[in-house]
Amino acid sequence: MKLTKTLLATTALAATSGAALADGHMANELTLVSWGGAYQASQVKAYVEPYLAMNPGVTVVWDESSAEATAKMRAMNEAGNVTWDLVDAVASDAMRMCDEGLIEELDHDADLAAAPDGTSASDDFGDLLVSDCFVPQIVYSTTFGYRTDMVGDTPPTSICAIFDLDAYPGKRSLQKRPIDNMEWALYCDGVAKDEIYDVLGTDEGVDRALAKLGTIKDQVVWWTAGAETPQLLADGEVVFGSTFNGRLFSAIAEQGQPIGMLWDMQSFDLDGWVLPAGLPEDRKARAMDFLKFATDTQRLADQAAYISYGPARASSAPLVGKHAELGIDMAPHMPTDPANSGNVHVYDYEWWADNRDDLDAKFQAWLAK
Amino acid sequence: MADAASNDGFVVFDRVQKSYDGVNLVVKDLNLSIAQGEFLTMLGPSGSGKTTCLMMLAGFETATHGDIRLDGRPINNIPPHKRGIGMVFQNYALFPHMTVAENLAFPLEVRKLGKSEREAKVKRALEMVQMGEFGGRRPAQLSGGQQQRIALARALVFEPELVLMDEPLGALDKQLREHMQFEITRLAHELGITTVYVTHDQTEALTMSDNVAVFDDGRIQQLAPPAQLYEKPENSFVAQFIGENNTLEGVVTELNGDTCVVRLDDGEELDATPVNVSKVGERTKVSIRPERVEFNKDRLHADAHLLKAEVMEFIYMGDVFRTRLRVAGNDEFIIKSRNAPDQVRLEPGSQIEIGWLPQDCRALDA
Amino acid sequence: MSDTTLDGPVLAADGTPLKRSLARALRRQKLRALMLIAPLLIFILVTFIMPVADMLFRSVENGIVEDTLPRTVVALADWDADSGELPSEAVFAAMAADLKDAAEAKTHTKVGSRLNYENPGISSLFRKTGRRAKKFDIEADGPWKEQLIDINDGWGEREVWRTIQTYSPTYTAGYYLNAVDMQVGTDGAEMRPEDERIYMLLLKRTLWMSLLITFSCILLGYPVAWILANLPMRQANLLMILVLLPFWTSLLVRTSAWKILLQQQGVINDILVWIGLVADDNRLVMINNQFGTIVAMTHILLPFMILPMYSVMQTIPPSYLRAAKSLGATDWTAFWRVYFPQTVPGIGAGSILVFILAIGYYITPALVGGTTGTFISNRIAFHISTSLNWGLAAALGAILLAVVLALYWAYDKIVGIDNVKLG
Repeated sequence: MKLTKTLLATTALAATSGAALADGHMANELTLVSWGGAYQASQVKAYVEPYLAMNPGVTVVWDESSAEATAKMRAMNEAGNVTWDLVDAVASDAMRMCDEGLIEELDHDADLAAAPDGTSASDDFGDLLVSDCFVPQIVYSTTFGYRTDMVGDTPPTSICAIFDLDAYPGKRSLQKRPIDNMEWALYCDGVAKDEIYDVLGTDEGVDRALAKLGTIKDQVVWWTAGAETPQLLADGEVVFGSTFNGRLFSAIAEQGQPIGMLWDMQSFDLDGWVLPAGLPEDRKARAMDFLKFATDTQRLADQAAYISYGPARASSAPLVGKHAELGIDMAPHMPTDPANSGNVHVYDYEWWADNRDDLDAKFQAWLAK
Repeated sequence: MADAASNDGFVVFDRVQKSYDGVNLVVKDLNLSIAQGEFLTMLGPSGSGKTTCLMMLAGFETATHGDIRLDGRPINNIPPHKRGIGMVFQNYALFPHMTVAENLAFPLEVRKLGKSEREAKVKRALEMVQMGEFGGRRPAQLSGGQQQRIALARALVFEPELVLMDEPLGALDKQLREHMQFEITRLAHELGITTVYVTHDQTEALTMSDNVAVFDDGRIQQLAPPAQLYEKPENSFVAQFIGENNTLEGVVTELNGDTCVVRLDDGEELDATPVNVSKVGERTKVSIRPERVEFNKDRLHADAHLLKAEVMEFIYMGDVFRTRLRVAGNDEFIIKSRNAPDQVRLEPGSQIEIGWLPQDCRALDA
Repeated sequence: MSDTTLDGPVLAADGTPLKRSLARALRRQKLRALMLIAPLLIFILVTFIMPVADMLFRSVENGIVEDTLPRTVVALADWDADSGELPSEAVFAAMAADLKDAAEAKTHTKVGSRLNYENPGISSLFRKTGRRAKKFDIEADGPWKEQLIDINDGWGEREVWRTIQTYSPTYTAGYYLNAVDMQVGTDGAEMRPEDERIYMLLLKRTLWMSLLITFSCILLGYPVAWILANLPMRQANLLMILVLLPFWTSLLVRTSAWKILLQQQGVINDILVWIGLVADDNRLVMINNQFGTIVAMTHILLPFMILPMYSVMQTIPPSYLRAAKSLGATDWTAFWRVYFPQTVPGIGAGSILVFILAIGYYITPALVGGTTGTFISNRIAFHISTSLNWGLAAALGAILLAVVLALYWAYDKIVGIDNVKLG
């Protein structure tokens, strides 16, 4: 019953979009920036195709530049010629762009659709609205996968297995950046979860984290692209590897690789839309219209049928169904599923925004030595 | 001398054959003996095998069959750098990154000569070619003629007994070439070295050599001193290739010792010396040098055969007159006469009679 | 006609002085020539000279602090950072007024990000204070010292004010200091703490590894170029296609191919284990280190070495080698004394190409370099695209440019640049 109600609600919403179009104040071309690959495909299926079906005159142009979104946004902003209408970015990038004044601040309640039960958008997204400029779509996590055939009879259950070379010899792949790795190191060095950032804020804390990472430094393969870890695991090059949970899902469920998920201390992160600052009225109106549609409860739930990332709205979670092609239940593969999120690491955007440059310098200097 | 290679020559080619592709022979059964101190020229059109012979002698090509001997020693298996043969290349091959003196010192250096000895020899070699001032220059700073002298000096500086020259004067203009021809022969004789010289320029071959080997189709067609080559070509290829030549074709009708009568295709008859004909009725090409044709009957034998000719063209060339005639249907019959006070200038269109001494007209292979 | 030269200026046929009419004719020619090259000139100016100039400017430019906080900069000028005291109320009031304006213009977070490069924490200080600053009433509220410190403790830290003071001038050497692992300390420039020094290490490593790559390109490319130059045309063309083949595949594909070959479970290790040269539990580590970087980059840059060497070797007639041998040189002497010196210009051109390209490479080192094979360009790319510290990226780029120019100058002094031939 609830589903029908949602459907009705969205139809009504679509009607209003159509009305807006009739005003002629909306541009008919929409340039969307995303990551390419399976993630962008899920966006196309879940809401771009439906949106285009409702707005026949509109065309969408994709630019797979999200990885360099901040730099390109700044360059376009300086040149005074912003060609993008809506940009998919991770939360930390969104905060940085917001600080730089490159993207618009939004009024989430006014600009976004309410939940089907009437809960306001800001309540529906809740804590995930980490920046005024940011509309989250998904919760993903950076977490570990392991080779099921290389861990013997004792599959790891704790993140600290990463640091246990005796029990789990072999290489591990970690992302070549301080974020997450420093927190995991401190956690496994005995720092309580809620004190991690206090400790990391001191020079001793940084040294301590690096020292812990130093115990496995010789055994680490550092990755920069998300596809590297699944490949390294598939080749048997590493026993453990961190990457985005969706990448591991496709390696396990779609390719049938002998890989297991280690959800312990998975690091939640957010990905969502931002709106470039200073767009002409007609383009902005089109972008906002699309944004409202693409981030409503049903659309976010639909997206989960194509990729194993959790919808950012609380109201979308009950609507998550089966994988569109494999037909498997998607809920157990979501990082937000209760079975997976027993012990999670919530990464502090604000803290990293302040300390990222400093820690990065130290981290890179440590790496290079 | 031309056929069987005697074993006492300084350089001997003994039944040498060369093939690059295993199908065609570039050099066919070559026998050649060159005496010590001789200046021998290999003359022939391109593709006649002369350069291949030179390269085999230098060691850059190996003979497919047969022996090459130098001073009695077979050299087939000796690498080029151990043969001790001086060589002058067509483009001089002076090393551009070295000065003239360094170029000359190079063969001495690789022979591990001491510095003072090297310098003395380089100096002497430079003076020998009158280039004493140029030791410090780079080859690119020299004219073609100067480079040529340096290349010569470099080939001689380590005092080889044999020097090979591969068309060394090809790039020079006419005047300089004539001057260098003289220089090279002078040096070769002064130093008493054996020289093998390759060229396709017959004037060069005739003026410079003791002996000339005319190459064609992978064989030596004739090996002889220049005068003999010119006066007494042994086959029609040599006759055609060396100097200007008139050719008439016909059949031998009389053969008596050292003269013969040839009937041309239009029925006229002429006197000739039989060279490559052996019996009456054989077809032959007769060859007469333009300057040996006579149209003044007083200077000919009374019973000599005469041919009718029509004057086609008269060309005044200063020292000589060159007259083109039609003889027995051949429009290109040339005669040359000396520009003397009493010399007749033939009028185009006039009918004359021409003849020659039988020894000047050679009946060769058809 | 000729007598005019004695009496006065030579005149052209129409009576104008010859010099002027010649100059006019030449000017027209020059103008035409200029118009022909104008498209290229403009292209180079726009796509090369201007970006380089912009980069050099960015590496010292620091107007943002002065522009965003004009009153504070003036008021803070007299403050003695070593006095042990916080700045006066007037400075705080100036800051409050500047923040209010900046928050309205939404530029407060920008200056916060800029200063955060120098002092971690300033970013959120400005962001958080900015949210409140819009509602400041400069006349009525106050005193600002208490007010600001109340909003955020950060305003009570002298280091924050020192950073603002240090970076208030329009131009700064700070990015350059940072790029050579130094910083502005209390007594002027000083070395950064040991655990933050990285750029000099990376610069040295980049130069050293680029040299190794150049050297291995010479070693591998020379015989190939020689074979190319000496084969008959048809085979040479075929081989040339093989040499150029890497150009036609994407850089990423080539680099990934090396991963598959060199990794521990990769093809080469598998073969070595199979023939028993290497124990299965002791497989060679050939990727994600300097070795892997050198192998992959040598492969990628090899054509840039082979092509100039090939085109130089092609111009060397075989008669030089023959001449050398006829003069008594062994094969080796003939090669080393006669052939090799003539190929030096090709080696020089190839080396300059390969070295300069290698210095600027970052994709391959990022993918196969691991921790010991990363180049300074990787950090430049990081500061351009991730940290957005373009000033530092520009300073690093400028230093790299200076190093390349210095090396070029040294090459010119030692070998001579006219000794470089691309063909």
